[in-house]
Amino acid sequence: MIGEFFGTNLTANDMWFLCLGALRTLQLTAVAVVAGTLGGIILGIIRAESGWFANTLLGSVLDILRSVPLLIQLIIFNSFVSILGYPMSAYDSGAIVLSLYMAANCTEIARAGVKAVSKSMRWASRSLGMSYWQDLRYVVLPIGFRVVFPSWIGVVLGVMKDSALVSVLGYFELLKSAQTLITRMQEPLFILILVGAFYFALSYPIARLADRLEKSEKR
Amino acid sequence: MIEIKSVHKSFGALEVLKGIDLTVSKGEVLSVIGASGSGKSTLLYCINGLEPIQSGEIVIDGVSVHGKSTDLNKLRQTIGMVFQQWNSFPHLTVLENVALAPRIVSGKSRAEAREIAARQLEHVGLGDKLKVYPDQMSGGQQQRLAIARALAMEPQYMLFDEATSALDPELVGEVLDTIRMLAEEGMTMICVTHEIGFARDVSDRVAFCHQGVIEEIGPAKELVNNPQKDRTKQFLSKVL
Repeated sequence: MIGEFFGTNLTANDMWFLCLGALRTLQLTAVAVVAGTLGGIILGIIRAESGWFANTLLGSVLDILRSVPLLIQLIIFNSFVSILGYPMSAYDSGAIVLSLYMAANCTEIARAGVKAVSKSMRWASRSLGMSYWQDLRYVVLPIGFRVVFPSWIGVVLGVMKDSALVSVLGYFELLKSAQTLITRMQEPLFILILVGAFYFALSYPIARLADRLEKSEKR
Repeated sequence: MIEIKSVHKSFGALEVLKGIDLTVSKGEVLSVIGASGSGKSTLLYCINGLEPIQSGEIVIDGVSVHGKSTDLNKLRQTIGMVFQQWNSFPHLTVLENVALAPRIVSGKSRAEAREIAARQLEHVGLGDKLKVYPDQMSGGQQQRLAIARALAMEPQYMLFDEATSALDPELVGEVLDTIRMLAEEGMTMICVTHEIGFARDVSDRVAFCHQGVIEEIGPAKELVNNPQKDRTKQFLSKVL
């Protein structure tokens, strides 16, 4: 039916194939977001709270991760583990590189969040007898998270789109699935528009949900 | 009792406290006045160990604040502090602001912590604001919230760091009234303040701080009405 309407040979089976790809994209994104956010929070706190030495060291590593195009990172990482004799599946390499990339971006966001809480505010909680960790857990992180939440959502959506790059390793996420269909059917324009719609369908609900959360937070 | 013995404190090359000696006994209210940058706020931060000191000693009820084996988190529970910026926790309701520390620091149950919080908020006149978020309150109300939050830990001492300096003039009164109420209840307090009239009327003693030393200290009314040192006279003539 779809086929008749658009004058395409796309079948229900092909649609299902794309849906599977979209699921894999979601899974890859979820893993990278969870791992990267956790790592980013820890590194961000270290960066916000430690002296120049640890900061310079950590900062330069993170700068590399943030400055080198993800596509290059994926290929270099995948080749390296192969050369070293530990070949990984495309999914594993992709998940690791994406998580590191997410962590590098989250580190800066987490650092900004910690820095957003004034010294005076932190002294206030310490003066009540809270330990360093209690201050961090109950005061700094909740306040900081609200401040940087929009930037964090931006990075999450970015990583979801960037996960398309993992297709170069041969992992059948959404874009790679689409490429396969294009090769077979020779209808690039239609399929790419369809895939674009898929990405939109994945991102838009997250963006809307974030908007609503932000508004309810501001009351 | 708070004993401050020849305390020196520097920020890099800048010496802010140049040998402070001061004793505050139980039940006493001491106000510290002086120009901005005279070191009076820094002195308060040193008293509950928020700032390290270079030499000298601060002893509170026999415990040396900057001693290596001192559990500062425990010591601070006996010293409430109120800052110039009221520092309400914006993500918590007024009730939760006050109940947080009793729960996580003193290990009280949630219900017990809330009960303490409600009582302290009632005490400072915010009994009708329990479920409100701090950003919906005036500066004066938020500063009274900060006082209730400190009181909820049942401190032996209260330190006020220019508690009214960041407030609009019409809101200063309600906060000063709250501090006055605490003084009447017998709370031991050190108030760093620019409100000379308040210092004179509420304190037992007033200390005048000038360039990192206590230039003059004496009974409140005497010092304010009849200062002996020239620097004190000059300062008071400028602010009164």
